[in-house]
Amino acid sequence: MEQTTVDQAKQLGLTESEFDKIKELIGRIPNFTELGIFSAMWNEHCSYKSSRVWLSKLPTKNKYVVQGPGENAGVIDIGDDDVAIFKIESHNHPSYIEPYQGAATGVGGILRDVFTMGARPIANLNSIRFGKPEHPKTKHLLNGVVSGIAGYGNCMGIPTVGGEVEFDECYDGNILVNAMNIGLAKKNKVFLSIASGVGNPVIYVGSKTGRDGIHGASMASQEFDDNSEAKKPTVQVGDPFAEKLLLEACLELMKTDTIISIQDMGAAGLTSSSVEMASKGKLGIEIDLNKVPCRETEMQPFELMLSESQERMLIVLKEGKEKEAEKIFKKWDLDFSVIGKMTNSKNLVLHFNKEVVCDIPISSLADEAPKYNREWISTPLPEEINIDKKLNDLDIKDCLIKLLTHPNQSNKSWVWEQYDHMVMGDTIQKPGGDAAVVRVHGTNKAIAATVDCTPRYCFAHPHTGGMQAVCETYRNLSAVGAEPRAITNCLNFGNPEKKEIMGQFVEVIKGMSEACLALDYPVISGNVSLYNETNGIGIKPTPTIGGVGLIQDSNKSTTISIKATGNLLLIIGETKGHIHQSALCYDILHIKKGPPPTINLAEEKKNSLFVRNLINKKIAQSVHDISDGGIALTIAEMCMSGKIGANITTNLIDAERIKFLFGEDQARYVVEVRSADYDNVVKLAKEQEVSLLQIGSTKAENLTIDDMKITVEDMLTLNNKWFHNYNSN
Amino acid sequence: MKASVIVFPGSNCDRDIQVALEKFQIATTMVWHQETELPKSDLVVLPGGFSYGDYLRCGSMASKSKIMKEVIQYAGTGGYVFGICNGFQILTEAGLLPGALLRNNKLKFICKDVQIKTINNQTAFTKKLSEHKILTVPIAHNDGNFFASKEEIQSLKDNNQIVFQYCDKEGNISGESNPNGSFLNIAGIVNKNKNVLGMMPHPERVIDQLLGGTDGQEIFRSLL
Repeated sequence: MEQTTVDQAKQLGLTESEFDKIKELIGRIPNFTELGIFSAMWNEHCSYKSSRVWLSKLPTKNKYVVQGPGENAGVIDIGDDDVAIFKIESHNHPSYIEPYQGAATGVGGILRDVFTMGARPIANLNSIRFGKPEHPKTKHLLNGVVSGIAGYGNCMGIPTVGGEVEFDECYDGNILVNAMNIGLAKKNKVFLSIASGVGNPVIYVGSKTGRDGIHGASMASQEFDDNSEAKKPTVQVGDPFAEKLLLEACLELMKTDTIISIQDMGAAGLTSSSVEMASKGKLGIEIDLNKVPCRETEMQPFELMLSESQERMLIVLKEGKEKEAEKIFKKWDLDFSVIGKMTNSKNLVLHFNKEVVCDIPISSLADEAPKYNREWISTPLPEEINIDKKLNDLDIKDCLIKLLTHPNQSNKSWVWEQYDHMVMGDTIQKPGGDAAVVRVHGTNKAIAATVDCTPRYCFAHPHTGGMQAVCETYRNLSAVGAEPRAITNCLNFGNPEKKEIMGQFVEVIKGMSEACLALDYPVISGNVSLYNETNGIGIKPTPTIGGVGLIQDSNKSTTISIKATGNLLLIIGETKGHIHQSALCYDILHIKKGPPPTINLAEEKKNSLFVRNLINKKIAQSVHDISDGGIALTIAEMCMSGKIGANITTNLIDAERIKFLFGEDQARYVVEVRSADYDNVVKLAKEQEVSLLQIGSTKAENLTIDDMKITVEDMLTLNNKWFHNYNSN
Repeated sequence: MKASVIVFPGSNCDRDIQVALEKFQIATTMVWHQETELPKSDLVVLPGGFSYGDYLRCGSMASKSKIMKEVIQYAGTGGYVFGICNGFQILTEAGLLPGALLRNNKLKFICKDVQIKTINNQTAFTKKLSEHKILTVPIAHNDGNFFASKEEIQSLKDNNQIVFQYCDKEGNISGESNPNGSFLNIAGIVNKNKNVLGMMPHPERVIDQLLGGTDGQEIFRSLL
C-alpha cells in the first residue's frame, strides 16, 4: 500500500503534529485514503477541535429537553406526545464562493438533519449577513443566496417563515448563511444515529455519489484569500426534488419496524456518517466501496469517502429487512444499496476492488481527534463616551427617516416574498413580525420561532453580546405569546488561532450560558463556523441564536400590528436611554465606540412573563419587542404594520429625548391595550414589580412624537423602497 | 361528492388541498402518479408543487405521466378538472387548457397575497361568487406569467374563458396590479367546455381566518 508524507498531510489541512499523532494512533504511516479520512474527520468543522472544550459549558437541559446536543438535531417536548426537532447550521464558506448552490445546499443539509430524526420539517428560518451594500459582490451574493434558499425550500414544500438580513462591512469577504429548520414527530418515533447489532446491514440510499464537494468540510475550516474563487469545485450542487423524494421515502420507511439507526451524509459525506454511527454504537463498520452508487466513472476510494454529494443517507437496518426497505426506495425512484455491515472489530474497514484500502480504529477518528484549549484574551467593557453634543443637534424626524430607509431596518419583503412562507397550510404569522408562528398540524397549538443576533454588541463586548442574542430570541418569542423552551445556536467567528478571536468565542459562550441558565432556556443543538476571515480580517463575532417556543392556544397569540385607534401604548421595562451601540449611533451617526446595553436577566424573565400573561388574557392587542432603533422605530413599525398612527409624548428635550427615543435598553416591549384595561394592567404591573410607562395612544394616519409628525403612508413608502431600488438597477 | 387529488412525487400542496376539500365535506382520494386508473370521482384536482422537480418546463414531464392519460380522458368526457399553480402548468402542457406559463417577468419566485377579479362567475368552479367579485388570494410561483397566441387570446375572450384577472383592491386591472407579467393580467382560465379550470393563485390557502383569510371558501362552495 502506498505511503503518505507530511507534505501531503499539510496539503489536506493537517499539521505536522497531527500527522505524527495519526502515525502514533494507527501504529504505521497511513495510506492516501486513510489520510484523507483523517483530514476530513479532524478538521475544525467536523471535530470541533477548538470549540469542544467551551461548548461543553453550555446548559443543555430543562424539563422539556428530550435530546440535547450530539445528535443530528435537538428534540424538545411540546405536549401530547409531540416533539419539536430543530437545529441551525452554517453554510458560510460555500455560499460566498457559489451563492445559489451554497445557500440551497445549506437548506438541504439542515432539512436532512431534521428528517433523519424522524420529523416532518414544518418551518425553515435563516439568518443571512452580507458586506456593505456598496461592495461590488454584495448584490450578486444577496440575490444568489436568497434565490438559493427559495429554490430549495420552495421545491421541498416547506415554508420559510422567518429570519434576519443584515449588512455590515465586516462580512465583505465572508458572508454568513445560517439555515434553521424545525420538524415535528411523535415522542416515541424519534430516530437516532447510534448503530447497534454486529452483522446488521449498512444501507446507502438517495442520490448517487459524484465528485462534488470533495473537501467541503476542510474548506470550511480555513481562511479565505484572494484565490478563494478557485475553491468552486468544493461546493456541492443541490437537487431539491431528490431531497423531497428522500424525505418522503425516509418518513415512509420510518413507519415500518426496520431501522436501527440513520444518519445523513453531510459534511465529509460517507466518512463522517459511517464513523459517527459506528463510534456512537462502539462498533466497527465494514464497507465495500464498489457497492456505492456512482454518478461518475472510475471514482477512487478517496473520492468516494470524501464526496459531499447531496441528498444521501446512511441507514443501519435490522437484519433481514433489506427487501422491505428496498421496496420503499424503489417506489420513490431512489438508489438503494447494501454497502456493508456493522462489525465488532471497532475499526473502519474499506474494501475496493477486492483489496482492503483502509483499516483504522474508529476511536482514532472520533474520540481521539485533537482537542485544543486555545489561548484567549478577554475583551474589556468599553468605556462610555459623552456624545450629548452630537445628539443635541439631531432632528427626530430626520433620525427616524434615516433608520426607516437604512438597509438594515428597511422592510425585508423583497427577501421573504421569494420564499413560499405559506405552503403546508399552517402559517399563522408570516415573516415581518417578532417571531414566526406555525400551527402544529391538526391541533390548536403552535410553534413560535425566531433567529437573532446583534453582532455590533458582540464585537463591543462579547460577554454582553452573547447574553443579548439569547435574550433577544426570548423576547421575540414572548412578544407573540409563546413560552420560550429551548435554543439552537450557530456560532460564527474568525480564526480561533488568534487570541482575541478565541477570546470572543469564549466570552460569547460564557454570556450565552448565563442567559440560558437564568431563563431556563437551554441549547439543544447547533454548529460552529470558525475561520470566517479573508486576508487576515475576521468577521464580528456572530452567535446566531434560533429560539423555539410553544403557544398552547393558537387563538391566544398577537402580532406587532396596531389593531385600533384610541388604544393606549405602554412601554414595559425600564428606559434608561442607553444610546451607545444603538442602530442610530452605529449605522446612522457612525459612532461605533462605547458599551452595548447591559442585560438584566431577572428583568428579562419578569417582563416576558408579564407580557405573555397580557397576551394570554387577550388584554394585549399588539406587542413588539424594543430592539434596533429603540422606542421610536419600534412604534413606527407597529404603525406601519397596522396602518394606524400613534401619538407619543416624551416630555424631554435635546440629547435626553434622542436617548429616550432611540436608545436600546434591553428587556423592553411596546404593548397596545384598550383604555378600559389600563387600570387593571397598571395594577398587575405593580403587583409583579414590572416597570410600566404609558407613552401615548393610537390614532388614525399620523405618527406624532411631541412636535414631530409623519404620515404612516410616508413611513411605509420610505421603509419599502431600499431593497427594491437596490435590486432593480 | 368525491374528489381525486393527483399526487406527483414533487407535489407539495396535496395535503393543503385535501384539508380544504375535506373542510367542505368533499371526500378525497389521493391518487399516485403511477396509477393507471382514476377512482370514480366528481372532481379531479391537480395540486401545486414541483411534480417531477420541474427542471424542464414546469409541468411538462407531469403532462406525460401515466395518470395524466386518465385525467385527459376524464376531462374529454366532461369530468371536472381543477388545476392550481403547478396543476395549471400541467393542464396547459397537457393541452387541456390553451397558452403557457412562462417565468415571472421579474425572474423571481413570488409568494404574496394578490387581488383577483372574477370575470366569469358562470362556471362550476365560480358559481357562488358574485359578479366581478374581488378576492384576496396568495400566489406562490416562479412561472406564472400567462402567455398565449393572439388567436388563442381572441378565442378565450370570445368564449368567455377568462375566469380570473389580477387587479388592485378597487378592482382595477392594470400593469401595477399584475404581479408576474401575465398577458391581460390573466390569473385563471377555463376550457371551452368550462369543465377544466386552471389558476395560479392558491384558494386552498385562504379558507381560515387564523391563517390569513377566507376568500378561497367561495370557490370550494361553488364546487359542491
